[in-house]
Amino acid sequence: MATDTTLDTPRGTTVPRSSRAVEAGLDALDTAAVPGARRSVGRVLVRSVMPPVVFLAALVGVWQAVYLAKVKPTYALPGPATVWQTFLDTVQDGRAAEAVWTSVSRGAVGFAMSLVIGTLLGLAMWSSRWLRAAVGPIVSGLQSLPSVAWVPAAIIWFQLSDAAIYTVVLLGAVPSIANGLLTGFRQVPPLFDRVGRVLGLSAPGRVRYVLLPAALPGYLGGLRQGWAFAWRSLMAAELITYSPTLGQGLGQLLDIGRELSQMSLVITSIALILIVGVAIELLVFAPLERRVLQTRGLTTGR
Amino acid sequence: MLARTTGRGGEDAAPAVRAEGVSQTFDRRGPAVLDGVDLTVAPGEFVCLLGASGCGKSTLLNLIAGLNRPTAGRVTVAADRPALMFQEPALLPWLTAAGNVELALKARGVGRPERRAEAGRLLRVVNLGGQSDKRPHELSGGMRQRVALARALAQGSSVLLMDEPFAALDAITRDVLHEELIRVWTEQRLAVVFVTHNVREAVRLAQRVVLMSSRPGRIVREWSVDLAQPRAIESPGVGALATEITAQLHQEISRHGH
Ligand SMILES: Nc1ncnc2c1ncn2[C@@H]1O[C@H](COP(=O)(O)OP(=O)(O)OP(=O)(O)O)[C@@H](O)[C@H]1O
Ligand SMILES: [Mg+2]
Repeated sequence: MATDTTLDTPRGTTVPRSSRAVEAGLDALDTAAVPGARRSVGRVLVRSVMPPVVFLAALVGVWQAVYLAKVKPTYALPGPATVWQTFLDTVQDGRAAEAVWTSVSRGAVGFAMSLVIGTLLGLAMWSSRWLRAAVGPIVSGLQSLPSVAWVPAAIIWFQLSDAAIYTVVLLGAVPSIANGLLTGFRQVPPLFDRVGRVLGLSAPGRVRYVLLPAALPGYLGGLRQGWAFAWRSLMAAELITYSPTLGQGLGQLLDIGRELSQMSLVITSIALILIVGVAIELLVFAPLERRVLQTRGLTTGR
Repeated sequence: MLARTTGRGGEDAAPAVRAEGVSQTFDRRGPAVLDGVDLTVAPGEFVCLLGASGCGKSTLLNLIAGLNRPTAGRVTVAADRPALMFQEPALLPWLTAAGNVELALKARGVGRPERRAEAGRLLRVVNLGGQSDKRPHELSGGMRQRVALARALAQGSSVLLMDEPFAALDAITRDVLHEELIRVWTEQRLAVVFVTHNVREAVRLAQRVVLMSSRPGRIVREWSVDLAQPRAIESPGVGALATEITAQLHQEISRHGH
């Protein structure tokens, strides 16, 4: 028996009692407001500013103790006070600002070039299986090759010039960026592409509206690593390519310290390099990554 | 036993979906997942597909949606591109609820101002008018399913394929969505192929219930459901037919035990 009409209760009594009211009630349950985790200034200070400050203070304390114990002669290990004085002098006579500006602008230009080249390379490798097979291993190999190794070659090709510096920076950063983009593409769930196809998007439309946005987290990881490699390569290049005709960057400042055997200037330069690295990370990449992950619900909030 | 098509579009109209002798094997040497499936869905007809887990329901739906090609046989669909609701909500996580719906409209070439308005309207249809700016991860499972339903409706197709769309929902939410689905189906005269494990749900919704066997997937029986809509899932009419179909389903599954 397929259907049994005698069991069919008259129309009207079978109408489900559920209605818009039930639905509204369910929605209210669904969206029960989570009390917004507002972060007070005080909590931010306690949780993310205080720990590094405490750690740094401890580090300086140990340094001072080692200095007082005269483990090394003073010219090799000056005390924190001396270094702080040199740091202030370097800042006051404008050398710090000049070196930071020179290096950061070189880093920015080099990174921008790497961004364009690395992205194009990544896209090309993604779209051509042949290119991926041919270039892939070399690109991955380059990623683990310290780019200082390119400095002698770059100097022979371009003498002591900005071109030599940028060559080293590009060779350091491009592979990371290209590989990051490829990793991003590889991690895109196949389901997303099927969604694009079901919706009737054209192949370019699927790349533009589905593949690229889906690959963004992996790509950002590549950019972050690319910047780290660009910055390291830049310091290595600046350290070696000292020339009066070139602008004086942080690496060159470091080299001056070495030539003058002025350890306090060496430590000052290292501190400046570190500060720039931390600042770029905290001001550019961390917020960018946080935003991308947050919109996708990929953060655990820790 | 009855095994006839009772589509509202009449039996002479060109079918909305037609699968003829469709077979699918994934491994060349492996067993056939689908073997000679024939299924015809009339325009405006609501068909539910029942079968044990792994019997090939999703595979069949993907073939109808044009995502895969059958190893043998032919699939023809009246619409250019049938709308498909996947077994998962499959929303794009970087887009808001409205953005997900709008992408379907954009793919159809709808202009930007119309897109906004239409996405808003469709989200109100699934009763999510107030949530259009939320991202998928900020929505509950049931709300995500409803956004996916709105997106499928935004495709504007006359054929709607749904793969266990309400499997993960609580009974009350599911009742509400059943009601909404039947309302939209009645208003827009869609042909619907609805996959489910739930026999009562199938009888609650469908004009025709189709039972598939496992390994290989074949269509073994059909029932037409002549109860008037709207029906309540707990009504005796639905219950009686569901009991009969469940008995058949048990028989189908226990066949594999020997
Ligand atoms: N891409 C694939 N490659 C190999 N085997 C597959 C593939 N997709 C599905 N199968 C197999 O085909 C069979 C049917 O799968 P399908 O997803 O269609 O089942 P289903 O009826 O939708 O099950 P459920 O109700 O659990 O969703 C399963 O045995 C599965 O292992
Ligand atoms: Mg399935």
